[in-house]
Amino acid sequence: MESAIHIDKDLVAASATPLVLAILAEGESYGYAILKRVRALSGGELEWTDGMLYPLLHRLERFGHVKTEWRTPPEGRRRKYYVITKDGRAALAEQQRQWAAVSRALNNVWPGGGLMAAVGEA
Amino acid sequence: MGSLEPQIAEWRAYVGNAPGVNGRDVDELEDHLRQQIADLNAVGLAEDEAFLVAVKRMGDVDVLSREFAREHSGRLWKQLLASGDDEPAHAAGGWLEALAFGAAAAVVVHVARVAAGFPDEEPTWFFRNVTLFVLPFLAGYFAYRRRLDAGGWVLTALPFAIAAVVVNVYPWDADSSTEMLVALHLPVTLWFVCALPYMGGTLRSHERRMDFVRFSGEWFIYYVLIALGGGVLVGLMYAIFEPTGVDADQIIEWVLPAGAAGAVIVAAWLVESKQRVVENMAPVLTMLFTPLFAVMLAGAAVVYAVTGLGDAFDRDLVSVFDALLLVVLGLVLYGMSAREPTAQPSWMDRIQLVAVASALVLDLMVLATMVARIGDLGFTPNRTAAIGLNLVLLANLAGAAWLSARFLTRRSTAHRLERWQTTYLPVFALWAATVVVVLPLAFTFG
Repeated sequence: MESAIHIDKDLVAASATPLVLAILAEGESYGYAILKRVRALSGGELEWTDGMLYPLLHRLERFGHVKTEWRTPPEGRRRKYYVITKDGRAALAEQQRQWAAVSRALNNVWPGGGLMAAVGEA
Repeated sequence: MGSLEPQIAEWRAYVGNAPGVNGRDVDELEDHLRQQIADLNAVGLAEDEAFLVAVKRMGDVDVLSREFAREHSGRLWKQLLASGDDEPAHAAGGWLEALAFGAAAAVVVHVARVAAGFPDEEPTWFFRNVTLFVLPFLAGYFAYRRRLDAGGWVLTALPFAIAAVVVNVYPWDADSSTEMLVALHLPVTLWFVCALPYMGGTLRSHERRMDFVRFSGEWFIYYVLIALGGGVLVGLMYAIFEPTGVDADQIIEWVLPAGAAGAVIVAAWLVESKQRVVENMAPVLTMLFTPLFAVMLAGAAVVYAVTGLGDAFDRDLVSVFDALLLVVLGLVLYGMSAREPTAQPSWMDRIQLVAVASALVLDLMVLATMVARIGDLGFTPNRTAAIGLNLVLLANLAGAAWLSARFLTRRSTAHRLERWQTTYLPVFALWAATVVVVLPLAFTFG
C-alpha cells in the first residue's frame, strides 16, 4: 500500500477476534492461512505480529468458540486446523452487532459519512 | 530449504524454551514459519533473507512468550516465570522474608498461649482466635511479596480487624455452640481473605481465582509434608530424651505450636518459589485419589440409598458426610486446576462425574433427613450451619454435575465448568463469613 495507514494497536487488538471468527465462519482454516486472509482483507493495512495470532486462537479454543484438529495433508507437515463452533458463530454475531453500532455512531458524527461500514450490517 | 534446517532447529529450540509455550505450540509456530519462508522464497527472496524476515514477522520471542503465558497461566505455573512484569521478580530468593513472617506468627502464637495458660487451662477464646494469630501473617506475607499499595494493605487488613472485633466482642454464652461454629468457620473465612493479597487486587479474574485454588491445593500438600517431618522429629525427640530423664514435653510444648504456625507461611513460600518440585505430584495425586473416592462415594450412595439414613443419622454422621463432600469438592477443584483447559473429555472426567454425581445423591439424602429433623425439632445453630453448608454444596455439585455431563457429551466446554467453579468460590467465602458474623446474632450467642 502506498498510503499505508498506521492503525492503532488497541484497534488492531479489538478487531482481531471478530476478524478471525469471521474468517473461520467462511470455512475451516489454519494459522498461516488465516493470517494471509487478514492481510488480503485489509489490503495489508492491518499489521499483525504473526505469532500473536496463536495465543488468540488458543483463547478462542478455551472459550469453546473454535474446535481444533491436527491433520497431516498427503504432501505436507502436520498442521492444526481450526473450525468455528456454534458458540463461536453466536459470539461472531454478537461482535457484529457491537461493531455495527460503533460504526453507525461514527458515521453519524462524521459528516459526509467518511467511514465505510467496518462490518457489514447484518 | 535444506540449508535452513539448522537455523530453524535453533529457532525452534529457542522458542520452545520460552515459558508458556509448549511443544505443540512450537510445532504450530514452526509450520507457520516454514510456510512464510516458502512464500517469501517464491517472490524471490534468498533463503536466509526469507528466514530473517519470517522470524521478524513472527515477533519478539519474549513478547510472544508473555502472550502465550497470559493465555495459558496453568502452564506458567508449571514453569514458573521468574522474569516478566506480571509477577514479582524475587521468586526463589525470598526465604528470609518467609522466615520472618513465619517467626512472627510463631511468636504471636506463643504469647497468646502463655497468656491463656495453655495447656493447663483451655480458655475458649484461644481456640476462637487461633487463626487470627497466624493467617494475618500469611496475608501480610502476600501483600509484601505482591508489593501492594497502601490501599491494598488496608483492604487486606480490614476483614481481619472485623473478624477480631466480632470474635472477641460478641458476648458468648458458656458452652455456646455458635462459638464452636465460629471457631470452625473463621479459618475458612480468613483463608479466603488471604486470596485478596494473593491475587493482588485482581479478584475478578477467573484465571487468578483458579491460581488461588491451585495454590491452596499445593499449600495443603506442602503443609502435610512438613507436618509429617515434624511428627518424625517429635517422635524421635521423645525417644532420645526419655533415657536421660529430660521431660520432652517441656520442649515440645514450645516447638510444636511454633512449628505449626510458622509452617503455614513456610509452606506458602515453598508453593510460591519451588513449584517445580510439586508440579508433577498434583496431577498424580488427583489421578490416584479421584477414582478411589469415586468408588467409595458411589458405594456409599448405593448403601445409604438401600438402608436409608434414618437410624444411623446423628450429628457426628453429618460432620462425616460434610467432611467427605468437602474433600470431594477439593479434589474436583484441584483436579480441574491441574487440567489442560482444551483437552478432550477423558476417562478422568468421567470418573470425576461419577464422584460428583454420587456426592450429589448423598448430599440430597443428608438434606432430606435434616429437613425432616428440623421440621420435628426446630432450628439450632448446628442444624442451621449444617443445612446451610449442605445447600451451598448442593448447588455447587448440581451445577458441576450438569456442566460436566454436558462437557462429556461435547455440548459444552471444560472452560464453562471451570468458570462455574471460579464464579462459585465467593459463595463459599460468603457462607463461612455469614456463620461467623450473622449466626451468633441470630441465636443470641447461644
